[in-house]
Amino acid sequence: MSLATEQASPAASRPAKPKSKRGLEQRPGLNRWLPYALLAPAVLLELFIHIIPMLVGIWMSFVKLTKFFIANWSSAPGVGLGNYKVALDFNNAVGQGLLKSFGVTVVFSLVTVAFSWVLGMAAAVALQPEFRGRGIVRTLFLVPYALPAYAGILTWNFMLQRDTGAVNHVLDQLHLTDGKTFWLIGGNALISLITVAGWKLWTFAFLTLMAGMQSIPRDLYEAASVDGAGNIRQWRNITLPSLRPVNLVLVLVLFLWTFSDFNTPYVLFGTAQPPAGDLITFHIYNASFLTWNFGTGAAMSVLLLIFLMIVTGAYLLVTGRRSRRA
Amino acid sequence: MRETRGFKIYRGVTLTVLGLFVLVPLYVMVTSSLKPLKDVQGAFSWWPSNLTLAPFVDMWKTVPLARYFVNSTVVSVAATVFSVAIAILAAFAVSRFRFRGRTVFTTTVLSTQMFPGVLFLLPLFLIFVNINNQFGLQLVGTRLGLIITYLTFSLPFSIWMLAGYFDSIPRELDEAALVDGCGPMGALWRVVLPAARPGVIAVAIYSFMTAWGEVLFASVMTTEANRTLSVGLRQYSTQTNIYWNQIMAAALVVSIPVVIGFLLAQRHFVAGVTAGAVK
Repeated sequence: MSLATEQASPAASRPAKPKSKRGLEQRPGLNRWLPYALLAPAVLLELFIHIIPMLVGIWMSFVKLTKFFIANWSSAPGVGLGNYKVALDFNNAVGQGLLKSFGVTVVFSLVTVAFSWVLGMAAAVALQPEFRGRGIVRTLFLVPYALPAYAGILTWNFMLQRDTGAVNHVLDQLHLTDGKTFWLIGGNALISLITVAGWKLWTFAFLTLMAGMQSIPRDLYEAASVDGAGNIRQWRNITLPSLRPVNLVLVLVLFLWTFSDFNTPYVLFGTAQPPAGDLITFHIYNASFLTWNFGTGAAMSVLLLIFLMIVTGAYLLVTGRRSRRA
Repeated sequence: MRETRGFKIYRGVTLTVLGLFVLVPLYVMVTSSLKPLKDVQGAFSWWPSNLTLAPFVDMWKTVPLARYFVNSTVVSVAATVFSVAIAILAAFAVSRFRFRGRTVFTTTVLSTQMFPGVLFLLPLFLIFVNINNQFGLQLVGTRLGLIITYLTFSLPFSIWMLAGYFDSIPRELDEAALVDGCGPMGALWRVVLPAARPGVIAVAIYSFMTAWGEVLFASVMTTEANRTLSVGLRQYSTQTNIYWNQIMAAALVVSIPVVIGFLLAQRHFVAGVTAGAVK
């Protein structure tokens, strides 16, 4: 199976929506309610699992929802902004923990996104010209993405064990360290998180960039070659600008995914998260389910959502403005 | 791009480094699953000196892996079937009808995909607990609760991707079916669906992968009775021992079906994922 044919695939080239009403819509009466009937199951389920819980979550963040009120939540007393005050009071333990976790997550996200993008770009460029074995390499590179997340992370967990792991073994043999490094507790936990998350994520960046490169017309490169532009200049003047719309979406998606990554810290550390690897989703999860204090957990979740919405909005605003100027 | 000498060196180095990065964990997974327990408890060795298939036998006894397997299979298959069926109906409406609320629907559904899971994990858990108290319908600790939850996870992307596929199928075909006496549903079933088969397959594989690999909700919504593989594999770490060889064997066995499915459908899948980014 080759990826080269994917432009021929229908989803890649979505035609413009027809403006005239014809076909199925010519039948009055039936088409009035039919589309709504077709959407009903999807709407009801999205409401039940996503929209209503989100609204409930916002309500929860304003009440004192400890374990005494879980079975009888309507009697939980309101606390106004109390949960938010606790979460944002950086002089007490809860607020400090959240702030630290937020800082760790910012570093983790930025580094993981950069790491994944650079590797994905490097591989996509290397595989741009046709050569023997290209299909095999491409398929191999997709395996980390196809693997269930926990299977990959468990393997890394084993590799990062101090005494029995492959990582310390290799470092010891190369005489880079004494082979006794702790990777899953202490300060190195963040490096481990970035490596493990990046191992899966770079292949998604690769997949997206590779597909984007296929829609760059080849004569652009030929014309540049005639003009004497080398490969590096062609990459900078043709590949990068052509991939701009792809990159805009890719970087945002990678950021949103890494910022709310739960699988990697949970499978790598279990419930005993080292402070250096205390990503925010994992932090909120532990704050809620270990202490059964759902109100504070809900307030932290709402704060996370607000933060992600602000970042997304600012990102779209800044990149949109720059596009218009260009 | 010209294949200069410099480019060839660049390609060689890049593909070697990245190839090793991808392959080493896969190699460790496979070889460790073939080692006896004492060999994964000592210093790491690249080559398994005492090859054994015992981990693949023992892994079923150390933890109730077969039950986790059945749970994961039932949950993932059911979530996939319902998710794909519901997505087909919704995508057909979005693609073939102009109606009030169409844009609101598509943007709302797509944006739910972006919410961090932890945001609705707590409320959903509470809602499930209270539904049980009020109506006696148990959703926490049952497969049903997981099925309902998981099918909504893949729904937004599936609707969006299928609507794209349906859009690319000429409307003349629908009309021909209508002339032949089919209703709208007949046109969907007889004309649109057969033409969109690659899209349906890709969406099904995506839904299955989503459900099969989900960890966050599984860690809260499952008890011993409905535990799925994603959290069940943690049971190999006991107080006294961590059975790394069996963990690797189990990880390998649970990965093989999804990896093969994904690689077989990668062409359709990749096209669907990237269509949105390219647009």
